Amino acid sequence: MLEYTPDRRPTGGLRLPAHKEASTAQPIARGFVPGTLILALQQHQGPPTTPVVRRGERVLKGQVVARARALRSAAVHASTSGHVRAIEDRLVPSVHAIHRTRCIVIDADGEDETRPGSGAAWPKDPEEQLEHIRDGGIVGLGGGVFPTAEKLRPHTPCKVLIVNGVECEPYISCDDMLMREAAAEIIDGALIMRDLLAAPECIVAVERDKPQAIEALLEAGRASGDASLKLADIPTVYPTGGERQLVEMLTGEEVPSTHYPSEIGYICQNVGTAYALHRLVRAGEPLLSRVVTVAGEGIARPQNVETPIGTPIGELIEFCGGYVGDVDRLILGGSMMGYALPNDEMPITKGSNCLIAAVRREVRQDFSERFCIRCGNCATACPARLLPQELLRAARDNDHALLDEFGLNDCIECGCCDVICPSHIPLTEVFRNAKFAHARYQRQEVFSAETQQRFKRHEERKRANVQRGKARQDHLRHEVETDEAARQKAIEAAIKRARQRRGNDSDAE
Amino acid sequence: MQFDVAPGPHTAPIASVPLTMRRVLYALAPAAFAHVWFFGSGFAINFVVATATALAAEAAVLRLRRRPTRVPLNDCSAIVTAALLSFAIPPLAPWWIPAFGAASAIVVAKHLYGGLGRNLFNPAMVGYVVLLISFPAELTQWIPPRMGDLDYQHLGFLAHLSYSLTGALPADITIDALTRATPLDLVKEGLRSAQTYSEIRAGSLFGGIAGRGWEWINSFIALGGLYLLYTGTIRWQIPIMLLVGLLFPATLLWLVDADRFATPGFHLFSGATLLGAFFIATDPVSAAESDRGRLIFGAGIGFLTYCIRTWGGYPDGMAFSVLLMNSAVPLIDRYTRPRIYGRN
Amino acid sequence: MLIGTVVLAGLALGLCAVLVLTDRLLPAGRDPVAEQVESLLPRIQCAQCGYPGCRPYAEAIAAGDADINRCPPGGEETVRRLADLLGREVPALDTTLGNASMNRVARIDERNCIGCNRCVPVCPVDAVVGVQQTIHAVIAAHCTGCELCLAHCPVDCIDLVSRDA
Repeated sequence: MLEYTPDRRPTGGLRLPAHKEASTAQPIARGFVPGTLILALQQHQGPPTTPVVRRGERVLKGQVVARARALRSAAVHASTSGHVRAIEDRLVPSVHAIHRTRCIVIDADGEDETRPGSGAAWPKDPEEQLEHIRDGGIVGLGGGVFPTAEKLRPHTPCKVLIVNGVECEPYISCDDMLMREAAAEIIDGALIMRDLLAAPECIVAVERDKPQAIEALLEAGRASGDASLKLADIPTVYPTGGERQLVEMLTGEEVPSTHYPSEIGYICQNVGTAYALHRLVRAGEPLLSRVVTVAGEGIARPQNVETPIGTPIGELIEFCGGYVGDVDRLILGGSMMGYALPNDEMPITKGSNCLIAAVRREVRQDFSERFCIRCGNCATACPARLLPQELLRAARDNDHALLDEFGLNDCIECGCCDVICPSHIPLTEVFRNAKFAHARYQRQEVFSAETQQRFKRHEERKRANVQRGKARQDHLRHEVETDEAARQKAIEAAIKRARQRRGNDSDAE
Repeated sequence: MQFDVAPGPHTAPIASVPLTMRRVLYALAPAAFAHVWFFGSGFAINFVVATATALAAEAAVLRLRRRPTRVPLNDCSAIVTAALLSFAIPPLAPWWIPAFGAASAIVVAKHLYGGLGRNLFNPAMVGYVVLLISFPAELTQWIPPRMGDLDYQHLGFLAHLSYSLTGALPADITIDALTRATPLDLVKEGLRSAQTYSEIRAGSLFGGIAGRGWEWINSFIALGGLYLLYTGTIRWQIPIMLLVGLLFPATLLWLVDADRFATPGFHLFSGATLLGAFFIATDPVSAAESDRGRLIFGAGIGFLTYCIRTWGGYPDGMAFSVLLMNSAVPLIDRYTRPRIYGRN
Repeated sequence: MLIGTVVLAGLALGLCAVLVLTDRLLPAGRDPVAEQVESLLPRIQCAQCGYPGCRPYAEAIAAGDADINRCPPGGEETVRRLADLLGREVPALDTTLGNASMNRVARIDERNCIGCNRCVPVCPVDAVVGVQQTIHAVIAAHCTGCELCLAHCPVDCIDLVSRDA
C-alpha cells in the first residue's frame, strides 16, 4: 500500500484545538446493552421505512423491524432483543435538526439474544448485492446518512473511491479509534466497495495527526496485497473532511456547485461505513451499532462506545459514568457542525457520531456582536472561497440577487467564519436562516414569472377573441349590405330560427 | 435532563476586536518609548490629548446617534487612532493640534461614514491630512533627535507641557532655535537645489541608513509589526507588498543614478514607511478585503508614496497614498473577488 | 483668461461627447423603470391596485401617476422595495384596497357549483378550468389568490383557503 502526501494545501479552513485526547486514551468500549431502544423509521436520507413488527411482539437482535420499500432507503433492525412497546411519533435528531418522526420503541429484555442463523449469504449478482446492502440497513455513517446501496450505484463511472478517514472536527474520534482497532476490516470493506464500483483506484484519506491509525491501515493494506490501494495523509485542517473539500484536496478537481461528487466520478465513503459493510458481507451482520464518541468536560468517563442504534442518549451517558459538573450544553455532533439538544431522551441514530456534554468554558457564550470591521479573516477561512462579510450584508438586506451572486447556497455551514470573526457575528446562523428565506423567495420568483406569462397569454387570447368576433361580424354585415340574395337568405334563416324556437317552446308546454 | 440550546458552531470564537486593538497598542509601545527618548515628552502629551479627545468625540457622536456607547468605547479602536495620529504629528505642537486631528478623525472619517467598520478612509490618516493642510506650519516643526553630538536643546516634560498648553517656551529658547528640518525634508530640498544625495547624507542629522533617531524608532516599529504578524493580527500581504511597491522603484532609480535618488534603505527607515506598512495600511476596515486585493492595495500605497516623496510637493506621502488607495478599495474588491468553489 | 476659458469649455464639451457616446454605444445596463418596478411587484395580476394588471400599475408608478402603496398582496415588503428603487419615502400600505394574499388560493365548492362558466374567463391566469354545465375546478398551483373570481360567482361557491391546506 502506497503512502503519499497530496501536494495541495487546503482551501481556507482553520486549525482548531482537537479535544480528542480524553476519548482516545482507551479502546472502544464494547458490549453495552441499553434498556430501551427508540428506532426511528427514517434514519437515512430518503423515504421512510415501513414497520413489519407489531406492538407486544418479541424481536431478536438483528431482526428487521422496518423494511426498505424504496430504492433510496435502508432497513432498520432491532439492535438487541426485547418486546415492542409502541410504534409512535417521537422527537429524533436527524442530520441538521430535530424532527418528529415515527419510531418503534422496544423494551430490551437484557438477554441480547441474536436471531438464529447468520442471515442471508452475500449474493453473486451485483443488483442483488446492492439490495442486500439496503436490507442490511447500511447508510453513510460519516453523518450524511445517505443510503450506501444507492451511493454504490453511480450514474457516472467511478474514477476514484475515496475512503474518508479525515475526522477533522473537534471532539469526534470514533473513526480514529475504529481505524486503530479495525484497520483490516475497514480495508476489506473498502475493497468490497471498490469491486462493486469497479473503481480503478481507491484512496484512503487520513489526517496526519492520527499516526496510529495510519500505521494500522498501512499494515492492513500491505497484508491485503492490493495494488489499487493508496493512503493519503492530509494536513490537520478543519473542514478538509468535507466531501467537496476532500475531493479537491486529493484530485485538484472542484465539484461543480450543481453536482454531487459522484456525478464527476468520485465516491466518498466513510471508514465506519466500510467497516459496517465488511460486517454485513463477511459475518452476515446488518448495521446494529455504531461507534459514538462521548466527550466533553461534563462527562465522567469520556470514551468511544460501540453503541446499539436506537439507544437513548441518557443511557449512553450513564454508561460513560454520567454527567459531572455543571453541564451547560449537550451537543450532538462535533463542536462546529453539531447542534445542541434540549434533552437527553432522544435516541442515537445511524448518523450520530459524537455526543459532547460541554461545561460553560468549553462552548461559545458571548453572543454580543459588534460591527463587521472587514478584516477579511472569514473570507480567508472559508473553504468554499465565499466572502462571508458580503454575504452577511446581502442576507441582512434581504438582497436576493446579491445572495445568489455571492453564493449563499455554496455555503457548507462549516462555521469557520463564525469562529474566526473578531466581531463575534453569528454568520453561520444568519446564513442558515437566509437559505430558507432565499429558497422561499426563489420559489416565489418562479411562480411570479410563470404567472406573468400566463396572464400575458390570457390577455392575448382575450384580445384575439374580441378581434375574431369583430372580424366575423364585419364580414356578415358586409355580405348583407352588398348582396340582395344573401340579405333575403339571412332574413329567412332568422325567421326559421325564430319559428323553431317557438315550436320548441310549444312542445315544452 | 433538560439543557439550554444555542445555535452552532459551539466552538468559542478565537478572536475579538478589543483583543486585536490591544495587540496593536502593545506593538506600538516600544516605538512610543523610543519616540519619547529621542524627541522628548511631546509625544506622550500629544497621545494623551489625542486619546482624550478621540474618546470624548466618540462618546459624543454615539450619544448623538442614539447608539449604545459602552461597547464601542471599550473596543480601544479610538485609542489606536489616537496613537497612530500621535506618531504622525511633531512632538512639539500646541495642544489643539492633536485634539483637532483626533476629533476630525473620529467625527469626520469614522462616524460620518457610519462608525467602526463602515469608514471608507483610515481615520488617523484623515485626521493627519486635515492637520497637514490646515496647519502646515505647526506640522513641520520637528525638533532634532536626542543624540550626544548633535546641536540640540533638550526640553523637559514641563517645558513640553507649557508649550503645548500656552505656546510659551523657556525664556532663553526661541522656536527657531529648536526646530530642524526632518531628514526627508533635507533630502527633498537638497535634491531640488541640485545637491547630490551623498552631499546631503553628509549632514549631521543622518546616521548609517537614514535619519538618526528615526532609524531606531522605525526599527522598533518594525519589531511591533513582526509581533503583529506573529500573532496573526495582520497578514503579510499588505506590509510586504507596500515595501515592495516602495523599495522596487527606489532601488531601480537609485541604481540608475545614485546622486539624484535616495537609497532604498533611506526610504525604508524614513518617515512613515514602516508605520504605514505595518500599522496604517493594514487597518482592515479601509483596506481591500481579499488576499489578492491586498497585494494590489499594498503595492499601490508603496508606489504612490515613492512617487510623492520623489516628485510630489510633500516630503512624505504615506498619508495621501493610503487615502488614495482607500478610495480605490471598492474597485479593487470588485475585481479581485475570489472564485467560489465549484463555480466557473 | 481667454486660454483658461477655451481650455475649460473644450474640456467640458469633450467630456460631454464622451458621455453621450458611451450612452449611445454601450448596452443599457438597466431595464427601463417600468420593467424594474414590475419585477418587484408580485405579478399575480389581482388588479386590486385599480389597474388591470401588474404591468399597467408598474407603468403608472414609473410615470408618477400612482402611489407605490397600492399592492396588498405584495405587502409592506414590496412597498419598501419600491421605495428603495425609486428613492422615495416609505408610505404605509393602503389596506383599504383589498386583502389578496399570495398564501391563499381559491377553491370551488363542488356541491354548489352550477357550471355557469362565469368565473372561467375572469381568471387572469387561466387557473379555473371547466366548461358550461360541468363543475369547475381551480388549479391550485396556478391560482394566485387574486379574488377576482369571487364576485362573479352567482352562487357564492368559491372561497379562499390557505395554500398549504
